[in-house]
Amino acid sequence: MKKITIVIFILCLAPFSGLFAAESGMALDSAPISTSDNASLQRGAESFVNYCLTCHGASYMRYNRHYDIGFTNEEILTKLIFTGQKVGGLMESAMQKKEGEEWFGVAPPDLSVIARSRGADWLYTYLRAFYRDDSTATGWNNLVFDRAAMPHVFYQLQGEQKLIVKTSDKGEQKTLVLDKQGEMTKAEFDSFVGDLVNYLVYLGEPHANARKELGLTVMAFLLGMLILSYALKREYWKDIH
Amino acid sequence: MNKIIEWIDKRFPLTSNWKAHLSEYYAPKNFNFWYFFGSLALLVLVNQILTGIFLTMNYKPDAGMAFASVEYIMRDVDYGWLIRYMHSTGASMFFVVVYLHMFRGMMYGSYQKPRELLWLVGMAIFLVLMSLAFTGYILPWGQMSYWGAQVIVSMFGAIPTIGESLQQWVLGDFTLSDVALNRFFAYHVVTLPLIMLVLVFAHILALHEVGSNNPDGIEIKANKNPKTGIPVDGIPFHPYYSVKDIVGVVVFLMVFCGIVFFAPEMGGYFLEYNNFIPANTLQTPDHIAPVWYFTPYYSMLRAVTVNFLWVDAKLWGVILMAASVVIFAFLPWLDRSPVKSIRYKGKYFKTALTLFVISFFVLGWLGTKSPTPLYTLLAQIFTVIYFAFFILMPWYSKIDKTKPEPKRVKE
Repeated sequence: MKKITIVIFILCLAPFSGLFAAESGMALDSAPISTSDNASLQRGAESFVNYCLTCHGASYMRYNRHYDIGFTNEEILTKLIFTGQKVGGLMESAMQKKEGEEWFGVAPPDLSVIARSRGADWLYTYLRAFYRDDSTATGWNNLVFDRAAMPHVFYQLQGEQKLIVKTSDKGEQKTLVLDKQGEMTKAEFDSFVGDLVNYLVYLGEPHANARKELGLTVMAFLLGMLILSYALKREYWKDIH
Repeated sequence: MNKIIEWIDKRFPLTSNWKAHLSEYYAPKNFNFWYFFGSLALLVLVNQILTGIFLTMNYKPDAGMAFASVEYIMRDVDYGWLIRYMHSTGASMFFVVVYLHMFRGMMYGSYQKPRELLWLVGMAIFLVLMSLAFTGYILPWGQMSYWGAQVIVSMFGAIPTIGESLQQWVLGDFTLSDVALNRFFAYHVVTLPLIMLVLVFAHILALHEVGSNNPDGIEIKANKNPKTGIPVDGIPFHPYYSVKDIVGVVVFLMVFCGIVFFAPEMGGYFLEYNNFIPANTLQTPDHIAPVWYFTPYYSMLRAVTVNFLWVDAKLWGVILMAASVVIFAFLPWLDRSPVKSIRYKGKYFKTALTLFVISFFVLGWLGTKSPTPLYTLLAQIFTVIYFAFFILMPWYSKIDKTKPEPKRVKE
């Protein structure tokens, strides 16, 4: 009987262990995520409205939610809103869905919860993995997302990368090398994308920090309850033999 | 105070019910860890109903607005994120608790005479729970909501002759659409919870009629104190088990809140990553996986790959999947063992139950994966083991060498 119990608990944990991980696909770089770093989130937010919001929406998010990451009303109006919207408005894209379909073949997806479906590491790697490819409509391709409809929005910052394919007995090895230097160094660009992805993670679940904070209080309360309820149980069960 | 109770008692059976179901309901004194899950299932049911009410206040059952309304709850409704995570975590934890509750019954033979009806009502609750989970999962209208439901609904289409028209009747459309979303919402918030409450009430009523089983699987009512008529191994549910269950509730809440506050997605098992993409009726995802609690049955659905006896593979899959759930209901008549509890059952039963548990987990894990020839073969092997546990039970439970049951429960 005990053995069965042990087997069950081991099996319960199995899906969460690394045992069955390692799905196919290329290795992703680990994104530097810190959703308590307001300075990074603010830089990310500004990059987001400058580079992403023209085509993508974040239409489940309100501008005034950015009080959470330290922006003032003034700052939101001057640094984040360029469309004349009100501070309580939703972060909608300037581009119409139909236009997107015409221009890119597919409407750019809303980015409100993109970090929750794709994951931070995927976004961090993807945004840094564009390379020149003359065979595509945009002239760009991506190592993580083959034939992505999105062109390389940051090419002025990152520069232009080129794909090097090496074939050995282990199979094909694809690497990217910088062909033309951009405005930023590699470290600067990595940190720029890092801030942006950090912001996307925040954008996916703005209440995540509040959630964890409240969680600590709740767990402390439950711990107290556990001690009290266990003492009560022992007191009552004293006379049961 | 006494006068008020007296006044009520003349008009309503308050004291008599309090006694019959709590203060003078005698439960065996040897309940162990496995006996927490009944009361915990009730707790989760209450949680689902309460959080569900608040979700309904802000959710919009409209294919064009559903996804956005869930995000509205997550962002703009005060503590909406908490209510939503409590509901989504509650859904998964409901299955955790119910599976453990069912496993307890299988270990200690709680389905055996005289508890067959109690078990059957429980099985009906399980079916309603599955329907609730299915209809609830559609509501956020994400990619997995949509395509997962599409897979399930297409099973109606596998039924010969009437299949296609039945499917259209269920959906109210030629495909899964806003029409179906609306009616599934109605089932999820009205029809199914009502049936659930009635069944849970009947489940408790049936339990209190026959009395609780226990880890030794012996009837405590067979040994009563001749003077008082109270079972010698029984103790009143209240206060003994009410205070004990509170400890269980607190421990459970620590696990539950640990998930709600620190890992609400539970690594993609409780909230699937692909369900954060709004439903796209034109784009089938590469890989459709149901939520974890359905994956064992989903594996069996996919395990059949050949046509057999004039019936095509898809229909066999559907039949097998339905059978894999319904077959639990036959346990009271499949088990021919003279003893109830695993403590006194022999090697055959213990081995069979262990293999069954392993096959349940392996099938569950396979159901989350894209099929490959190896995985399909594994699914087929473990499907056979899964069914063998039930189908061979009349044989192995009969010839199994059992130990003698004790007269009194052990500590």
